[in-house]
Amino acid sequence: MADAIRIENLQKKFRIGFIPKPREILKGITFSVREGETFGYLGPNGAGKTTTIKCLLGLIHPDAGTIEILGRPHTQPRSREALGFLPENPYFYDYLTAREFLAFTADLFGIGRTEKGERIARLLKLVGLERAADLPLRKYSRGMLQRAGLAQALVNDPRLVVLDEPLGGMDPLGRKEIRDIIVRFKDEGKTVFFTSHILQDIEMICDRVAIIVGGRIVKEGGLRDLVSEKVLFTEVTVSGLPPQTFSGLGECVSAQGDRVLLKLYDEARVDEVVNLIHDRKGRLIALSPRTETLEDIFVDTVTRT
Amino acid sequence: MKIRAIAGITFKEAKRDRILYLLFFFAALGIVASRVLAILTVGDRVKIIKDVGLASISLFGVLMAILIGTGLVYKEIDKKTIYTLLAKPLYRAEFILGKFLGLVLTLFVMTGAMALIFLAIVYAHTLKIEGSLLVAIAYIFLELVLITAVAILFSSFSTPILSSLFALAFYLIGHLSWGLELIIKKMRPGAGKALVRGLAMILPDLENFNFKTEVVHGLPIPPGIFLSSFLYGVCYTAFILGLAVLIFRRRDFI
Repeated sequence: MADAIRIENLQKKFRIGFIPKPREILKGITFSVREGETFGYLGPNGAGKTTTIKCLLGLIHPDAGTIEILGRPHTQPRSREALGFLPENPYFYDYLTAREFLAFTADLFGIGRTEKGERIARLLKLVGLERAADLPLRKYSRGMLQRAGLAQALVNDPRLVVLDEPLGGMDPLGRKEIRDIIVRFKDEGKTVFFTSHILQDIEMICDRVAIIVGGRIVKEGGLRDLVSEKVLFTEVTVSGLPPQTFSGLGECVSAQGDRVLLKLYDEARVDEVVNLIHDRKGRLIALSPRTETLEDIFVDTVTRT
Repeated sequence: MKIRAIAGITFKEAKRDRILYLLFFFAALGIVASRVLAILTVGDRVKIIKDVGLASISLFGVLMAILIGTGLVYKEIDKKTIYTLLAKPLYRAEFILGKFLGLVLTLFVMTGAMALIFLAIVYAHTLKIEGSLLVAIAYIFLELVLITAVAILFSSFSTPILSSLFALAFYLIGHLSWGLELIIKKMRPGAGKALVRGLAMILPDLENFNFKTEVVHGLPIPPGIFLSSFLYGVCYTAFILGLAVLIFRRRDFI
């Protein structure tokens, strides 16, 4: 499978302060995103995620390294013909309506008049802005702006969609809708490259991830390869028995009313605890094994780096 | 198509700027007040009306070009709308040209509106439309086009306040640089004279676009000067825009 994005040894320094002092933001980033996959780009604040995206889009000139978008060098504007981009906090001309703004965006891609009308109507429906299409963007809520941003990113029917924090500032319902749209991209064969702080979402929709810390990629790979199925611990909620009943079996996390929450790190102890509850006439409320999540890997990687 | 789209959005944005209408109001007031001045002054009333009218169009046109032009590119960067634009298959030169043409279109409409008021007042006094007045206005417009390019050049790397000061300085130097020719004539040959001559070549000479005195007083205009002034304006504007593109292409949008 061909690469939709190929980044090699990307380096960028910024000069900051009154007496300019160079600060290395990207220290030789290398990774690639294959066509058709959904790729999550994670990292703590200030790790270099947005700088990487800005280099990719030609907003920032890298000091060294090469970037290819769908087989073309990123320095050629033609490389962005099949690319759609949603910035982190969408800033648009707020005096335009969503319809006018999408028409303007379509003009930048040279889309013909007839096709433009049809595409705009379809996109407004897709992002759920049909009823607000003729309102100026300054009257939009943050979530609505995010939707308008997503629509403008799709106006050229892109093969590659780059989304910088697409789920930020959305309510749970809006987040689900945007997540569903991203999943639909995958079904349509589009490549999605996106950053997000909401790791559960990344875990739900990404095929591969890369974690960037301090301007370096510290982990990269398929989500299934990174997140193991190993059970970290089991949480047991019991009622009707005092916490002392379980001393030596597991860690008592809380005891409120007659409810006790236990954390068992040893899987072999789970059966023992269940039997004990049964024997002492207690009541088992919940038993949930906790497997490793992307968040665990992320926290572990970031703290170790 | 892309340049047209950006020019269109720039025109739409400039149209919403209240400062444009404020300046237009004062320009119109200046043109209308020329009638009052004509009544109070001894001499040819029509000449006073023409003189004050053309000066108003020129002054307020320049203020429009500077005050709106210097904010154009800066606002895109400050409001971060540029992120969405430059992520499209767009050359940075196309962006600068689109911005420039959008403001030129705005100034064309405003100059046209000011010219209409001015010509109507002159017509009320002379009962004829003088072609020479239209020529003077056309060259004022050419000067505005050059000032717009200068405003966009400064706007591509500086804040609106500094850009306005730089552009205003360019305008003032442009109207005073003819004095260098007098200095050159009086200087003895040598390195100093060569330096001043070099300076005179680099600095703009906006008097090339000033036909107000000749038109108002009916003085003869040497043949060929219209073409040379026109070419001077076009070449200088192209040079300034080229410089703006060069600077803008090197910028990082952090």
